Amino acid sequence: MSAAATANAIEVRQLTRRFGQFVAVDDVSFDVRTGEIFGFLGSNGAGKSTTIRMLCGLLQPTSGTATVGGIDVRRNPESVKVRIGYMSQRFSLYELLTVDQNIRFFGGIYGLAEARLAERRRFVIDMAGLAGRETTLARDLAGGWRQRLALGCAILHEPAILFLDEPTGGVDPISRRQFWRLIDALSQAGVTVLVTTHYLDEAERCHRVALIHAGRLAAMGTPTEVKQVFAGRPIVEIRADQAVDAMRLLEAMPAVEKTSLFGTAVHAVLRDPAVSADAVADRLRAQGIQVEAVATVAPSLEDVFLDVIDRANAAARGTAA
Amino acid sequence: MRLRRLVWKEFLELRQNPRLFGIVIVAPIIQLTMLGYAATTDVKDVPIVVADGDRSPESRSLIARFDVSRNFTVIDTVTTVADVDGYLQRGRAWVALAIPQGYGAAIHSGTPVALQVVADGSDSNSTTVALGYATSLIGGYAEELTARASAAAGPRPAAIDTRIRIWFNPQLESRFFMIPGVLALLLLLVTANLAAMAIVREKELGTLEQLNVTPLRRWELIVGKLLPYGVIALIDVFLVTAVAVFWFEVPLRGSLTLLIAMSLIYVLCTLALGLFISTVSDTQQQAMMTATFFFLTPMIYLSGFIFPIENMPRVIQYATYLIPLRYFLVIVRGIFLKGIGLELLWPQAAAMAAWGAVVLALAVARSRKTTG
Repeated sequence: MSAAATANAIEVRQLTRRFGQFVAVDDVSFDVRTGEIFGFLGSNGAGKSTTIRMLCGLLQPTSGTATVGGIDVRRNPESVKVRIGYMSQRFSLYELLTVDQNIRFFGGIYGLAEARLAERRRFVIDMAGLAGRETTLARDLAGGWRQRLALGCAILHEPAILFLDEPTGGVDPISRRQFWRLIDALSQAGVTVLVTTHYLDEAERCHRVALIHAGRLAAMGTPTEVKQVFAGRPIVEIRADQAVDAMRLLEAMPAVEKTSLFGTAVHAVLRDPAVSADAVADRLRAQGIQVEAVATVAPSLEDVFLDVIDRANAAARGTAA
Repeated sequence: MRLRRLVWKEFLELRQNPRLFGIVIVAPIIQLTMLGYAATTDVKDVPIVVADGDRSPESRSLIARFDVSRNFTVIDTVTTVADVDGYLQRGRAWVALAIPQGYGAAIHSGTPVALQVVADGSDSNSTTVALGYATSLIGGYAEELTARASAAAGPRPAAIDTRIRIWFNPQLESRFFMIPGVLALLLLLVTANLAAMAIVREKELGTLEQLNVTPLRRWELIVGKLLPYGVIALIDVFLVTAVAVFWFEVPLRGSLTLLIAMSLIYVLCTLALGLFISTVSDTQQQAMMTATFFFLTPMIYLSGFIFPIENMPRVIQYATYLIPLRYFLVIVRGIFLKGIGLELLWPQAAAMAAWGAVVLALAVARSRKTTG
């Protein structure tokens, strides 16, 4: 095993997957360092799950290479499976088995010896907060518990690398927060975590993120790094009674590059860092908009995400023209 | 180890699923009981209407013969032949017997007399059988009358000497022939359908994908399904055999051990078929449809369960060699009714075993852990 392979838990080079004419994953390359929480962001159908399924050995790549734990996924998918844990957005458990039976089943499938299984079982019950629910049928568990049990079953064999495909879908905010604490703990214990999500607040908790759009990698780096696209382009957040009218007027201003709606607020990206937020607000008021609040804000990952998509789409139009 | 866990898990799921329990244990017994009574070509209690134009002691004596016979039930007696039309049209009677005026006098004088039997031909099979019964009943009655008349006049050898010997099913009970076939049919339906659901259910639940990211091997997955359902099928064999022998009193002339052993080979085929269907389906509904329309129904029609294979066109006859039910029908009927053993049944057993092995290998080959 080379030094590079030990430093990087996952190495992906020009990974491509086609379904007929459709290119789900297009020439994607990235590395995930050992012990890192690596977030894979993108909208539905962007190619996140397809990538993760290729890395888990569930789907053959059309071209390109990927090594997981130093093993070539394409050539040796079964060896990869011993070293990884995988949990999908469906929290796949046996509905008709109890919590305890699910743990024992997956432990058995991973070939855990009786003593180790007992120890891991205690760990999982504890971690997932399922003490006292050992004999509850999986189908009777609420979302958060199901999710944590599914995670527990995926890490029974203490995999070095963990793949989580939208692990927090359909789960309440408190359970989501709890779940992320578990992810942090695993990462601290040295487990490499590759997680896909479209919750951008979750992405902030990742060490590094990759933005995938239309099958292509659009941006990559730490959350702070990817926000650098807004260097010299301040973002002004405006709360006004007529947000849609405000957007239209803002778009017409030469200082404004573009706008987007964030809940009830409007984010305007300015071309010039010298222009102040108050100046923008004054100009809106002059045109009859009731501005309730205005401030320059730090870019969120959501701003980055929308910006990246805009530019990717613009580039696509450019090449098409 | 992994295999043991798979089998354990399958039984846990089964125990938690009352409907599955019903399919496996209750349905076969109910079906056998129903089919045991329904799947019979014997005709009993044929409704008959009599147009008695004579109304003499002699005509009543003949009618009484029909009434006491278990093949017929006299539903009404009318006066003229025209009156029977309504009964036949409405289906209240299948057969009408017309006794002409002067019947009783003719019997006494020894002059020939014609009885008319009218039958509803819409169910030709049953009617043919019913007409046969009527003819033999009247014939027997006529013979008796002749015998009685000649006895009065002095001894005389019987004019008719027909002796029919029937083998294997001397009572000509069609259910003795049908019920072992029903055993074969039930095993096919229950086990193939159950197995067809087995893997595709996990596909729907998402647990198959979860298993696919574990080191579990493909054959372990298939055998992990095969074993528990095999045990269930064995329970069904015992249950259905018990009902056949103790309730329907079908004679089990051959070896029970051989019957069980052959059933296991047969169940290997039906489970392998089900598992194969499960691997090529995406939803349970699709699996069910595929099983029923593409496999089970054609298999039942072409197996010889309903229609004799000898009467099928040559090409279709060759196609029947691809149907394990065909072989197993020969085996169960052979063991139950003829009491024959492996020395005669080995070609069928070998054909089934080969079929099962091939389809099982196909199922393992089809169950991909990695999608291409």
